[in-house]
Amino acid sequence: MKRLKDKVAIITGAARGIGFSIAEMLSEHGATSVIIDIDQEAVSTAVQKIDDKGNKAIGFAADVTNSDEIASIFKEIHKELGKIDILINNAGITKDGLLMKMKEADWDAVINVNLKGTFICTQKVCRYMLKSRSGAIINIASVVGLMGNAGQANYAASKGGIIALTKSSAKEFASRNIRVNAIAPGFIQTEMTDKLPQEIIDSYSSAIPLSRMGTVKDVANLCIFLASEEAGYITGQTIQVDGGLIM
Amino acid sequence: MDIKAKVTEIIVEELGVEASEVTLEASFIEDLGADSLDTVELIMKFEEEFNIDIADDEAENLTTVGKAIEYLEKQLN
Repeated sequence: MKRLKDKVAIITGAARGIGFSIAEMLSEHGATSVIIDIDQEAVSTAVQKIDDKGNKAIGFAADVTNSDEIASIFKEIHKELGKIDILINNAGITKDGLLMKMKEADWDAVINVNLKGTFICTQKVCRYMLKSRSGAIINIASVVGLMGNAGQANYAASKGGIIALTKSSAKEFASRNIRVNAIAPGFIQTEMTDKLPQEIIDSYSSAIPLSRMGTVKDVANLCIFLASEEAGYITGQTIQVDGGLIM
Repeated sequence: MDIKAKVTEIIVEELGVEASEVTLEASFIEDLGADSLDTVELIMKFEEEFNIDIADDEAENLTTVGKAIEYLEKQLN
């Protein structure tokens, strides 16, 4: 069943990992996925992969922290495709380190991309969603934003900030039928975690009630639901996809 | 172009008020029942209809119908 037929969805940080999986699944459900990522070459590859499956995607290389660039790209998307229905704020980076050793530049970089980038994209997309009196925004947070994590003060703060931003924007835009929700993934298997030694993966997995790592599809499935009409009465929520890691 | 007539038309449409209520002194929020998001949308509509950019700090001052018309007339003439 195509639950997002003819919808236009923008996904940031979508050239690989969780973002790509979301873009891929949105397109399988009938949406046109607009892939935004800082890496031009990876954007082209990602668009091609979706295109090869006979689904719709276009791509733009952009930096989510550059508000002028984002505004002009969103304007172009709206002009080309006539509307913007869904925004998935997924772009994120990590620069881990113990707080006592954390460089200010590493703090700023993570807060800028993860938190400010989410703010900028939300602000710029709402120009179009306000006019159409409908929209679904999904912010990708993290369980780390709920429980904290040693060595990730910057990342955890950015993700906790995203959760508060989600609630505030949900309240501001609810009267215009724009829903804003967050997803907090737990330990998800991606290219990044594939590099970890098996014993580390095993030790993480043993702490998870469902005793396995999550897949990118586990996260994408929730995205499809939250973006669809079926979630029409859900806004301002943070939903965990973490195998029961924190309850 | 009759800016005053166009502005009145936009306000009537956007805020769902009667044209007779749209006096020069009328405040968007206090007299015409706009919420703060409505005022943002009004500015966006002015930008679109008159094909101009209204800076955020300018937009903040456009609290009444008269101030909006005066600003737009200055920008467009």
